[in-house]
Amino acid sequence: MDTVFGFVGKDFALVATDCGVAYSIMRFSDTEDKIMAVDDNKLFAMGGEIGDRLNFGEYIQKNIHLYTFRTGIKLNVREAANYTRSELAYAIRNGPYQVNLLIGGFDEEGPSLYWLDYLGTLQKLTRGAHGYGAYFVSGLLDNWFKPDLTLDEGIELVKKCINEVQTRFLMSQKNFVVKIVTKDGIRVI
Amino acid sequence: SRRYDTKTNAFSSDGRLMQVENALEGINQAGSSIGILTDEGITFACERDVSSSLLELSKHSEEIFCLDRHVHCVVSGLAADANLLIEVSRVHSQRFRYSYRENIPIQELVRHVCDIKQRYTQVGGQRPFGAAFLFGGWDKTFKFQLYSSDPSGNFAGWKAIAIGKNHVAANSFLKENYQEGMTMTQGLDLAVKALCKTIDTTNPSPDKLEIMYMTKNEAGELVAKTLNEKEVLELLQRNNFQVKQKE
Repeated sequence: MDTVFGFVGKDFALVATDCGVAYSIMRFSDTEDKIMAVDDNKLFAMGGEIGDRLNFGEYIQKNIHLYTFRTGIKLNVREAANYTRSELAYAIRNGPYQVNLLIGGFDEEGPSLYWLDYLGTLQKLTRGAHGYGAYFVSGLLDNWFKPDLTLDEGIELVKKCINEVQTRFLMSQKNFVVKIVTKDGIRVI
Repeated sequence: SRRYDTKTNAFSSDGRLMQVENALEGINQAGSSIGILTDEGITFACERDVSSSLLELSKHSEEIFCLDRHVHCVVSGLAADANLLIEVSRVHSQRFRYSYRENIPIQELVRHVCDIKQRYTQVGGQRPFGAAFLFGGWDKTFKFQLYSSDPSGNFAGWKAIAIGKNHVAANSFLKENYQEGMTMTQGLDLAVKALCKTIDTTNPSPDKLEIMYMTKNEAGELVAKTLNEKEVLELLQRNNFQVKQKE
């Protein structure tokens, strides 16, 4: 089960996912990057069924890029999140995408984080998590989060969360990918 | 090349689409519309084609339509054709709002309507739409914008534009008198002067004119206002028109 979590800082949005890919009783990979960059100011951190994650992620990414090519206007994070939600909401009654996402981004409204799940739920949050890992990190995020986190404080919090999941979660989650979006673009930590 | 007129989607031997050109001619017979873009907002002024005292006009405008809260349009030409396209554009705007939770960029709305118009010049053997539009509104990318579209499916952005009857005279008047950085009031003055040029009269009557404007108020919200008869009267008198009193 994929662990996805993230939060918003003073001038950045941060998302992190584990790197494991598992199927039945086997672990396929430990180095999977589940965070997709859309444009240069949005990060889609996805967890869920592998095929759906790849397919849906690419579908949304390409559609958002198409919009930019067609109209010359870049979507801001809110619009992109709502668009993604509308696709999930349509699919839920046709052939659901089993993907849960956190969309972190930075635009003229500042840094933002959106929590979406496969049913078509959308919520703008300051901190959130998906997967079994969510049960472990939600408490930590609630406890250590404060408004206007600096990047260093943010990284400290991420380390705490990763440590907790690695210590206490049943499945081994050796590696994590952490990415942030600032006004200067996307960076891997 | 009259014999190429009958088939709408065929090129004539000199490379023209006669049906489209005929449609454009039709617009030139219709009541005129003026659009002006200023830094403070957009003005639309149009001439009512029919204004009989029997007509129940109090709520319904024949010419000016609200497409969404941030964009309005003015019609010249066949009202029935226009109504269909207006409905299409309203739905498109709301569908965008459903997906993206945001005002549709005006250029995209205009492009969508024009794509439909173009289809009828190429496919199906049906006549083109006999309606030309002026679209005006505000979006966050390009701020205030004014677009015109015609039956061929072409559209363009303008600072000031006239369509319909006598639009050539009106456009040259606008070209001479348009200035950058006008205020809303100056825009209204220019619009009404240009409109009266197309009606070709120095004593217009307020019930024949429909004038509206879109601007941002002090709170930064977009407001759209249609001038009522008294305000049109004041506007005309301020610009030294001898107003014909209603019989």
